[in-house]
Amino acid sequence: MRQGAAASVALLIAFLAAWEWGPGLLGIPSFIVPPLSMVADEAVRMWHVSGLAFHTGITAIEVLAGFVIGSLLGAFIGYLLGMSPVAEIALSPYILALQIAPKVAFAPLFIMWMGFTVYPKILVAILIVFFPVMINVLTAVRTVDPDLVNLARAFKASRAQIFWKIEFPASLPPLFAGLRIGSTLAVVGVVVGELVGGNLGLGYLLSFGEGQANTPMVFVAIVMLTVVGAIAYLLVILIERRVLHYLPKRIQTGF
Amino acid sequence: MSVIRLEYRRVSMHFMQGGNGRLTAVQDVSVAVGDGEVVSLIGPSGCGKSTLLNIGSGLTAPSEGDAFVDGERVQGPNAHVAFMLQKDLLLPWRTIAENVAFGVEIQGVAAPERKRRAQALLENLNLAEFAGHYPHQLSGGMRQRVALARTLAVDPTVLLLDEPFSAVDAQTRMVLQRELAQTLKRSGKTALLITHDLQEAVTLSDRVLVMSKRPGRIIDEIAIDIPDRDDPLKRRQHPKVNDIVNRLMERLDIGAPDDAVQGRA
Repeated sequence: MRQGAAASVALLIAFLAAWEWGPGLLGIPSFIVPPLSMVADEAVRMWHVSGLAFHTGITAIEVLAGFVIGSLLGAFIGYLLGMSPVAEIALSPYILALQIAPKVAFAPLFIMWMGFTVYPKILVAILIVFFPVMINVLTAVRTVDPDLVNLARAFKASRAQIFWKIEFPASLPPLFAGLRIGSTLAVVGVVVGELVGGNLGLGYLLSFGEGQANTPMVFVAIVMLTVVGAIAYLLVILIERRVLHYLPKRIQTGF
Repeated sequence: MSVIRLEYRRVSMHFMQGGNGRLTAVQDVSVAVGDGEVVSLIGPSGCGKSTLLNIGSGLTAPSEGDAFVDGERVQGPNAHVAFMLQKDLLLPWRTIAENVAFGVEIQGVAAPERKRRAQALLENLNLAEFAGHYPHQLSGGMRQRVALARTLAVDPTVLLLDEPFSAVDAQTRMVLQRELAQTLKRSGKTALLITHDLQEAVTLSDRVLVMSKRPGRIIDEIAIDIPDRDDPLKRRQHPKVNDIVNRLMERLDIGAPDDAVQGRA
């Protein structure tokens, strides 16, 4: 464990060093790959001049809203379809079609509907988070050991008791696997929405930097987006560890 | 015979198979198990042993005939019966004590009483120190003991046991068999035990019923008149055990060339 962590830190240092001095050594111009120090300077400039904190905050709020609403909807529909085979058969072709449709392609449409506000971005995130959560919950409810359900039934459990005491807790590990995927996809959804239109968020700074041929600015935006995504992901893992504390440690991974 | 606790009266079970094929799992089975009696049911794989168990626990309704528990016709799950399977079916998100209390919790017993019952059962089965552990922290044999405690916690009159020890290693199995035998004796419970293990059937029961290949019918019944039903280890030593096991093997055609390969249920 300690060795792994030490190697991880060493890799980070090596990566940052390569970023700082690699482009110069290889003769790569700074408008292609700006060295680390240049990107850091640009971040400071953007903090003071371009409202980096404000735009990061906007993106973070959109990610959070899209993720929470998308997850709740996905879980709700997942449980509903999991418990009602009729509903699943009726709805599955449409859900499948919607799943195959690239969600980010809806971004321009949503912007046409709702204007250059935060809402179309949140909507894209909701749509993109919805599926992995719903599919995981649906599969989990479907694959609950029927003997467990029979055990509860033999004790005369009601339908609600079977759900709350067997199906719901049994579905939590796959639900969290879906939430992990969803937390990273939420960032994708939001940033595509911001790239398409509006003057809010890191996606906006990204396309603004591109328009100015300001490569360091693009790098800063990418790094901040990664930070937002990483925080969302870590929050999910923190909650997961608390909720799924009963799982043997080897099943829990660091990621 | 004393009061009859579990009875199958001319029970048959048919399953519809794709198209118009009909599969008869159990045919015209009549069994009566008296108060405090332990009866084993043996038979080849797929002869409908587990179907009988499901009917007894009220999870499935028989196609023909009726099952009775404590003189009442079984019309669905009821509090008089509890079953235990080869799989321990412990809920991984519950502690051992909470798993033991699962049945009584569903039945609406108040929390302090649930705790008290779980603790008492765990003490009886030498598991008290594991009350706060989670299932994955226990060995297979211990988990199966927890499953037995959960079955006993609802205080059923009849226990239906479907190969409860077939998934644990041979040594653990002997320990568990003795624990079960002593528990049954102490509590005076009635039990129907389904097993593939002929020696287990003989050492644990008062009577052994032999079922035929599908469609399953009862083709033999052997009363085990050996003392010490509460001590299978001691019973094992009894000279009669081998004779009975041999007779059971004969009835099941074990060793006959065309039946050399026996699958599992």
